Amino acid sequence: MSTHLLEVVDLRTVFHTARGDVRAVDGVSFSLAAGETLGLVGESGSGKSVLGRSVMGLISNSAMTTVSGQVLLEGTDVHALKPSARRRLWGPEIAMVFQDPMTSLNPVKRVGTHLTETLRRHLRCSRSEATERAVDLLRQVGIPEPARRLAQYPHELSGGMRQRVVIATALACDPRLLIADEPTTALDVTVQKQILDLLGSLVVERDMAMLLVSHDLGAVAGRTDRVQVMYAGRTVESGRTRPVFAAPEHPYTEALLASIPQLSHPPHTVLRAIEGNPPDMARPPLGCRFASRCSRVGEECTAVLPALSVVPSPVAADAAARAVACHHPVLPEPVAMEEVGHGR
Amino acid sequence: MAGSGTAHLRPGVERSLVVDDLVVEFRVAAGTVHAVSGLNLDLVPGETLGILGESGCGKSSAGRAVMQLPPPTSGTVRLGDNDLTGLKPRAMRRARARMQLVLQDPVSALNPRRKVKDLVVEGLEIWGWGDRHRDTYVDELLVSVGLDPETVREKRPHELSGGQCQRVCIARSLALDPDVLICDEPVSSLDVSVQAQILNLLEQARARFGLSMVFIAHDVAVVKNISDRVLVMYLGKTCEVLPSADLENAALHPYTRLLLASVPSETDAEQALDPARGGAEMTELPSPLDPPSGCRFRTRCPLATERCAAEEPQLREFRPGQFVACHHPEPPVEE
Repeated sequence: MSTHLLEVVDLRTVFHTARGDVRAVDGVSFSLAAGETLGLVGESGSGKSVLGRSVMGLISNSAMTTVSGQVLLEGTDVHALKPSARRRLWGPEIAMVFQDPMTSLNPVKRVGTHLTETLRRHLRCSRSEATERAVDLLRQVGIPEPARRLAQYPHELSGGMRQRVVIATALACDPRLLIADEPTTALDVTVQKQILDLLGSLVVERDMAMLLVSHDLGAVAGRTDRVQVMYAGRTVESGRTRPVFAAPEHPYTEALLASIPQLSHPPHTVLRAIEGNPPDMARPPLGCRFASRCSRVGEECTAVLPALSVVPSPVAADAAARAVACHHPVLPEPVAMEEVGHGR
Repeated sequence: MAGSGTAHLRPGVERSLVVDDLVVEFRVAAGTVHAVSGLNLDLVPGETLGILGESGCGKSSAGRAVMQLPPPTSGTVRLGDNDLTGLKPRAMRRARARMQLVLQDPVSALNPRRKVKDLVVEGLEIWGWGDRHRDTYVDELLVSVGLDPETVREKRPHELSGGQCQRVCIARSLALDPDVLICDEPVSSLDVSVQAQILNLLEQARARFGLSMVFIAHDVAVVKNISDRVLVMYLGKTCEVLPSADLENAALHPYTRLLLASVPSETDAEQALDPARGGAEMTELPSPLDPPSGCRFRTRCPLATERCAAEEPQLREFRPGQFVACHHPEPPVEE
C-alpha cells in the first residue's frame, strides 16, 4: 500500500492488571522506510520499549494483554498472523537487539551455537555452511579472531563483545527491520560509541530499517534520521532529528533537552529540572498527560487531550514533517523556522 | 596513562580529606585483582572532586575504601584530623560519621521495612547526638531535600519513586551533619529529568551544609557540571587531574580525550561512515588481574611507544592545576 517497509497505525497496547488497565502504548502511529533510522526516545515508563516489542510481535493479544491497531510489515499485519507464521518473520524480516547482552545470550551455549542455530533453522543450510557464515558474521561485527570465538561461552566475553555477538545473531538472516532496544545502555561510553558506529554502518551497508529505542537523547541525536518523542504512552513530538533537537516545539521535549547537563556549559550550571513525576498509567489524567509538569499549561490542557497534528510546512506533503501534540507549543524562533522549512 | 604521583596534592592548605597511596586488591581464585593501585587525592573544604572513569577502573572500589567499606589493602585516609586507617574499629566508626556515602541504587540502599521518618534519622539514633527535637528535625531534613514531610513521612521505600528514594538517601546522609559526602554514581539509575533534580539538590546541599564532595560517575557531562576538579581513572590508576572548566578543551591525556570523543554528538553518524576513521574497531579494557606494565593505558593508546611499556608515567603539572600522567600528552585541540 505504500513504499514504507513498516507502517504502524494507531497502535495501542493495554495490560490488564489487578490495579486496572495500564495503557502502556496509547495510540501511536509511524512509518519507516528501508535504509532509514527512527529514534524512539522517552523516559522510563513512557512506553517506548513496549512499543518496540509490540512492533516485533513479542507482545501480542493474550488474556492479560490487548494489542489493537495495525503493525504492517510490507503490507502484512504482524498481529493478524498466527503465532507460527509470526515466528517465521523473526529473523529474516524483523530482528531485535536487547539492552542486556548477558541475559539475551544463553549462558550454557557456545557463541557459535547461537549463530548456527539461527542460520540452520531459517536458512536450512548445512552445518559447515552455517559455521562458515557464522565466522563471517562475527568478522562483520568487528570481533577479532572470529573462528576461536565460536567455541567460547558468553561469560568468557566482555560486555561489548557480547553485544556484538547479539548483533551478529540478529543480523544472521538478513532482516529488513532491526529493532534495537537500548542497545548500549549496559555498556561503557567508549564501547557504546563503537556499537552505535557499528549499527549505523550496518544499516547503510544492508539497506535495513532501524528502530533505535533509547532514553539517551545524545545517542539518538547523532544516529537517527527522524525521531519520535514519547511521554506516558503517547507521541508528543515527531520530525526530523536535527530540527526537533535544535528547536523543540513540545514543552516536554524542550524541558527534557534542557535538563541534560552539557559538556559545553561551565561547571555548576543550574540545570532546568522537570519537577514532579510522570502520571500513573493505570489512571492517566483526562487532558494532556504532561499538563501537571508543564510550564505552559492552560485551561484546556487539563480537559482536552491534544492530538498529534502536523506543523504547517512550506514543503508540500513532507512525510517527515514536524508533528506536535500540544495546545500551546513552543513557537520556533525565526532562524529555527527557516531550518525547519528547508527540512534539513 | 595510568600513572602514580602526588604532584596534584596541596599539602599547604586546610584539607577535609586526604587519601594517600590507596591500594585496593582482592584475592580471587585466579590471582589478585588490582582494583586501585596507589590513588592519591585531597579535598579542600567546600570543594567537589569528580572521579571519572569506566566500569572496572576502580572508582567505586576507591570510594568504598575511603569509607573503609572494606578498609583498603594499604594506604591512609585522613578525615579532618583523624587517620581512619590507623584507628581501632570502634573509634573509626565514630570518626567516620563525619563522612557519608550516597549510593547508585537508592531503592536497595534503604531498608524496605522502615518508614521514611525512621530511615532519615537512623544515624542519629545510633550515635545519639544532641537532644534535637526528633520530629522537627526529620521534617527539616525532608524539606531540605525537597520532599513534603506530610506526604512522605509515614511511607516506606516501595511507595516512593527512584528520585524520591534518592532524596531520602541524601537526607539520611545529611542528618549527622557530615563534612564529606561521597556520591557513588548517585544519578546513573535515574531518568534525565530526575537526574537534573538530584544534581541541583546536591549543589544546594553542598552550599547550605558546607560540604566537600567526592562525586564518582562515568558520565563526562554530569561530572563536569557538578565538580570543581576532575580526576580521571583508568584500571586503578590516575590519568589526569584538571579543573573541570578545562575538561572539554584542555584535556591532555589520551584516555581523557578518548572519553571526550565518546560523548555522543550530532555528527556521529557522518563521522562513523568516514573511512579515514577506520570504522568499528574494538578496544577493550585489559584484565585487572594482570594489568599491563608501565602505563596501564598503553594497550589502547594510539600514541604508545616502547617507553610506555617500560616506564610508568608520573603525574606532572602541565599548567597550573592540571596534572597529567603520560609520556606523550596530546596537545589540546584547537577549536
